[in-house]
Amino acid sequence: MKPRRPDRRALAPYLFIAPFFLLFAVFGLFPLLFSIYLSLHQWNPAEGLHTMQWVGVENYLFALSDPWFHDSLYNTLWFALVAGVPQHLVALPLAFFIHQRVRRGRNLLVGAYFVPYITSSVAIALIFSTLYSRDYGLINAALAEATRIPFLGSPLAALQAAGLPDWLGDAEFTKPAVAFVIFWRFLGWNLVLYLSALQVIDKDLYEAATLDGAGSWQQFRHITLPLLKPMMFFAVTLTIIGSLQLFEEPFILVDLEKGVSQSVMTSAIFMYRLAFSDGDFGTASALSWILFFIIAALTWLNARLFGREAQGNQHAAR
Amino acid sequence: MNPHRKLRRALVLTPLLGAGLGAGLSRPGPARAGTGNATLQVASFPDLDRAARAAGARWRERHPQIELKIVSRQYADHHLAMTTALATGSGLPDVMAIDLRFIGKFVASGGFVDLNEAPYEAGRLRDQFVRYAMRQGEGPRGTQLALPADIGPGTLLYRQDLLARAGLVEADLTRDWAAYLEAGRRLKASTGTYLMADAADLRDIALRQGLQDGEGLYFDAAGRVLVESERFARAFELGRSARQAGLDARAVAWSNDWAAGFKQGRIATQMMGAWLVGHLKNWLAPDTAGLWRSAPLPGGVQAAYGGSFYAIPKKAQHKAAAWDFIRLMSADREVQLDSLRVLDSFPALLSAQQDALMEEPLAFLGGQRARLMWRETAARVPAIPVSRFDALATDIVRDEFEKVLTRAKPIPQALRDARSLIERRARRRPGSPA
Repeated sequence: MKPRRPDRRALAPYLFIAPFFLLFAVFGLFPLLFSIYLSLHQWNPAEGLHTMQWVGVENYLFALSDPWFHDSLYNTLWFALVAGVPQHLVALPLAFFIHQRVRRGRNLLVGAYFVPYITSSVAIALIFSTLYSRDYGLINAALAEATRIPFLGSPLAALQAAGLPDWLGDAEFTKPAVAFVIFWRFLGWNLVLYLSALQVIDKDLYEAATLDGAGSWQQFRHITLPLLKPMMFFAVTLTIIGSLQLFEEPFILVDLEKGVSQSVMTSAIFMYRLAFSDGDFGTASALSWILFFIIAALTWLNARLFGREAQGNQHAAR
Repeated sequence: MNPHRKLRRALVLTPLLGAGLGAGLSRPGPARAGTGNATLQVASFPDLDRAARAAGARWRERHPQIELKIVSRQYADHHLAMTTALATGSGLPDVMAIDLRFIGKFVASGGFVDLNEAPYEAGRLRDQFVRYAMRQGEGPRGTQLALPADIGPGTLLYRQDLLARAGLVEADLTRDWAAYLEAGRRLKASTGTYLMADAADLRDIALRQGLQDGEGLYFDAAGRVLVESERFARAFELGRSARQAGLDARAVAWSNDWAAGFKQGRIATQMMGAWLVGHLKNWLAPDTAGLWRSAPLPGGVQAAYGGSFYAIPKKAQHKAAAWDFIRLMSADREVQLDSLRVLDSFPALLSAQQDALMEEPLAFLGGQRARLMWRETAARVPAIPVSRFDALATDIVRDEFEKVLTRAKPIPQALRDARSLIERRARRRPGSPA
């Protein structure tokens, strides 16, 4: 009996799908597994692979007890609250308003809100560095000009006398300044999410409510909000994940060479500094896994608080 | 090979092979023998790459069979790429350029050939170079792992016109730190300009005051952390005084505000390496030509800012040619002088420092013969050993200083915390000094 030759046609699908799996294995799976392996070792990459030393969970304990990690975690949570929560508090009613009232030029308006989300980080850094500069920035120039306005002028003149804010150079202002950029950047993203969810809510519900005499607020409160809960759950989950991985905005706006950079050092930036500045890749990897567990825990908490109800509402809406 | 090492190698090689499939073909590989001619690959960064390119003609004259390939990346990208190359042993160039800031970390890596050994015998060249720069290129146990290409004698650059308007002379800036700060107060009162860009600059230079040969900046010979010493306390106090008096523009070096401060004449002085004159002249503030002067650092401090080095990775394929290239860039008088002409980078080679070019009046500095002063400074800078933890200590000290400035953290506590954090981070690492 002749050995059966493999059917070329049967192999073809595997061949076609292989590039994805190969690339995923190299760029997705391998770094993931290697970072677990690395997190259990001490290793300075400049010294070569042979210098790797097994240390078990010491990197985890070291990271958890590091004062900079505590600071960075505080900063991360601060940004999650101050920059993350307002994104939803503004995006939700704004989406409702646009959905209900804006007919002409709606796509243009939504596009304008969405542009910051797809704008390159370099452009954002350039624009906001120019806006925020203490001596040459547009914001401070506007504040200085505003001192000429009657009534408004005198409190601002006092502010100017005390020295105009150093938005990206004074620890008191750096956090709010960076938080605003994050808010500005992701507002449009959440707006699009909520708008897309609003568009699938049955219009009959609003018409019925109008016939029953419900006003806009009542419709928003009793129809829109409950039916948006699945999307709110999804959007808040994305915000939690994004906030805890926050890196780009504080990194590009506040130079690491500035002492004040520690006031906006998020856990992801701390991880970067450990790896690429201190050369401590083991602890940086351990920190990445600690962050993963924090994100998982918060996402689980969000699902507990929000998720079941959201699922229930989704079923009820169907 | 033990199984652990095998596993590690496999783990690292897998993505590299994959990366090779995707992008490796477009990436510059290690030096290779091409169609009959060899290629010497030099990994560099701006502006040092310009000096290497400028020496291209001389290289071709001496080595017509060896093509010179300069792979230049941005400063941070270059050092990151070299760190990765050292880690994996893959993609290493024949010659690696290293900035002073990374030299401690890199020479401790064990990934470079000892240039004191045959056939290089850099020891013979030792006396031809500025003493402190050779010390910076030393590795453990008296090895010489890198050769200096250029140096940055520290100087105080100041705006002569602003000083004149405030009724000040150079000696008012340089006598001592108290005089420097007092001059800043007068400058601010009469011209509205800031004395310095950033109080951290003052702290950074003041903590080098009184250093002697062999003393480390952050660590002593036994690896003990020195940041709780009187030297650091004094430097922190000076920096804080400058900030409290509103004498600094709070503009960190190389930021937009820093550049704008020079362009608009709002920063009256800057302590840095002599090479800053080239940057001011070429792009930072070309319109201020003739208004600047150079003076010794205040308080008699002899210090250096920056410097570039060349080293040969152990896995380089063309070590002999690499050594020839390094000697060309570092030990050839004409090439060193060309770098001075093209880039304003100060020569590390003593014979180049004896050239008539040193006496040339510098138009940007109002005709001042400043190179003679810089040469003198270079000869006096103490030979301070570098540590692989210097960059780490710099970060921690900078952050604690910021807390002193912005959160009114008491200096002794800030220094105590800095020491404890440096020890904590450095002590647990292999080869730690402490």
